Amino acid sequence: MIPARSALPGFAIAIAVLIAGLVLALTVGRYPVSLGDLIGALVAKLGGPRGDVSPAVESVIWQVRGPRVMAAMLVGAALAVAGTAFQGLFRNPLVSPDILGASSGAALGAVLGIYLSLGVFAIQATAFIGGLIAVGIVYMIGASVRSRDPILVLVLTGVVVGSLFGAGVGLVKYLADPYNQLPAMTFWLLGSLSATGVHDLLPLVGPVAAGTVVLIALRWRMSVMSLPEEEARTLGVATGPLRIAIVAAATLVTSASVAAAGIIGWVGLVVPHLARSLVGPDFARLLPAAAILGGGYLLLIDTLARTLAQVEIPLGILTAVIGTPFFIWLLTSVQKTWS
Amino acid sequence: MIDRRALIAGLSAALIAPRSAFAQTIRDAARRNVPVPAKVSRVFPAGPPAAILLYTLAPELLIGWPRANRAEECAYMLPDICTRPEVGRITGRGNTANLETVLALKPDLILDVGSTSATFVSLADRVQEKTSIPYALLDGRFAAIAETYRTLGALLGRREDGEKLARYAEDTLKTILGRIEPIARAERPKVYYARGPRGLSTGLGGSINVETIEMLGRNVAGETQGGLANVSIEQVLVWNPDVIVTIDQEFAATVRKDPSWAAVKAVRDNRIHLSPKMPFGWVDFPPSVNRLIGL
Repeated sequence: MIPARSALPGFAIAIAVLIAGLVLALTVGRYPVSLGDLIGALVAKLGGPRGDVSPAVESVIWQVRGPRVMAAMLVGAALAVAGTAFQGLFRNPLVSPDILGASSGAALGAVLGIYLSLGVFAIQATAFIGGLIAVGIVYMIGASVRSRDPILVLVLTGVVVGSLFGAGVGLVKYLADPYNQLPAMTFWLLGSLSATGVHDLLPLVGPVAAGTVVLIALRWRMSVMSLPEEEARTLGVATGPLRIAIVAAATLVTSASVAAAGIIGWVGLVVPHLARSLVGPDFARLLPAAAILGGGYLLLIDTLARTLAQVEIPLGILTAVIGTPFFIWLLTSVQKTWS
Repeated sequence: MIDRRALIAGLSAALIAPRSAFAQTIRDAARRNVPVPAKVSRVFPAGPPAAILLYTLAPELLIGWPRANRAEECAYMLPDICTRPEVGRITGRGNTANLETVLALKPDLILDVGSTSATFVSLADRVQEKTSIPYALLDGRFAAIAETYRTLGALLGRREDGEKLARYAEDTLKTILGRIEPIARAERPKVYYARGPRGLSTGLGGSINVETIEMLGRNVAGETQGGLANVSIEQVLVWNPDVIVTIDQEFAATVRKDPSWAAVKAVRDNRIHLSPKMPFGWVDFPPSVNRLIGL
């Protein structure tokens, strides 16, 4: 065991990143909102005196930017927590939340929803259900295989089922109307929070909160899960039910995130490593730290996505462009805290 | 300079068909020499724009449609033509038409209307080479409608009909552009073109989707050149368009009640226009002559 070092400085850094991200995200954007406007709008909202904040600015803060900032933090935190949980469960630092096919399933659900010309909320619902179904199939196949290494079976099944769902996405795109549906599908698959409104937060908050609470509640047992199967059993941990709980909770938050924001890679892979370098590998600290960092990280990236140009830059592109060099830097310069 | 491919195609076709099959060649919009069949009775449309153009000039020649028409679309069209079968499309990579199927349908001509960029020229050459069926590539740009009609008329041996429609297109454009001529560009309404159920997808400057809008008004997203892109509501608020044109029913139905759009000038003035889409879209897609009525 590594001697425990204080995680306080690490948490302080994570929280500072989040708060800085929040202030920045709320005050920069395509529509000019000053820090004074922001404070004025907050005061008015809390029942204080109505300042001289114009209705248009108020609408931007409460209807447009506020919900989007909330969604970015929730999605970032969810992906980071799910990534941390899966990396621990599979004892592999290269695992991301879509390892069991949640993203491919959600993608198929979403493109089907677009293909059938469903409404916005129905598309989010089909994406969410698609993610759950894909992982459900993977788990059922994985559980039916009698093997000494259930984790390996799960990973292999995840790859196969994810690939099959990916083919389904390709097929639906091929059949789609090229003038209207195909661009919509392409945009969706690149990931974006550009259309997030107040009503989009509810379906996101519920599953993300539920899954995150379960994972944080299991954080002590998760450290045991990173031991080999037999050792964990001798310590009195029921590995089977625990594995189901972790997979279910992580899938719930991943599917909800993908349904709300489309496919955003690299957050669930990079942030857990960053959190590990700040607070160490113990899950009891790692999970909350990853949640805070993930929220701040995606918040900063989404702020770039909506301010760099007149048009939106897809999140999936930015997370990859920023995430990959960052990950390489982490690999080369930070001590290997996961070994 | 003799086009070797056209020559080979012509020669190989001449071996199969009677010698008089190709009386002459015509220059299509991509400056390719297309052999003109002596008699055209079956035409294969390479994509929706071609099918619609042909439908307006010589509907009975249409072998089928790239995508089967729905019943509600057929309510506006010639019933026996509208119900013709689905034959797929020949396009860059989303090729849903199998060349053997194309051959089995025995068209006298393959018609493609749209971009005349190198991608589509090489595609046209390859299909013509493989099938020995004349493949005409015509200009799909909105401003080129009249010229496209004349070329098609010549190809089909229906110069008069082509001329009639070309005149109609020219007159319509002249009338409408004449009406807005006196208004200076800077005083024309700022238009935001909204796509998608949230209305946050739009056509950038020069994109084929906003050709007609940019002809008449000022496209707020026109400062950036490009195709389709997503924008944020904040950006729409900054642009503050006078008019919103949309093709999405759901967006048109919900935007007036959406608090985040409430501050946009077009919403305040209630100038949100939903484009009809029957039997074909009036503003955007498919990008063919159907957009003439949308002006």
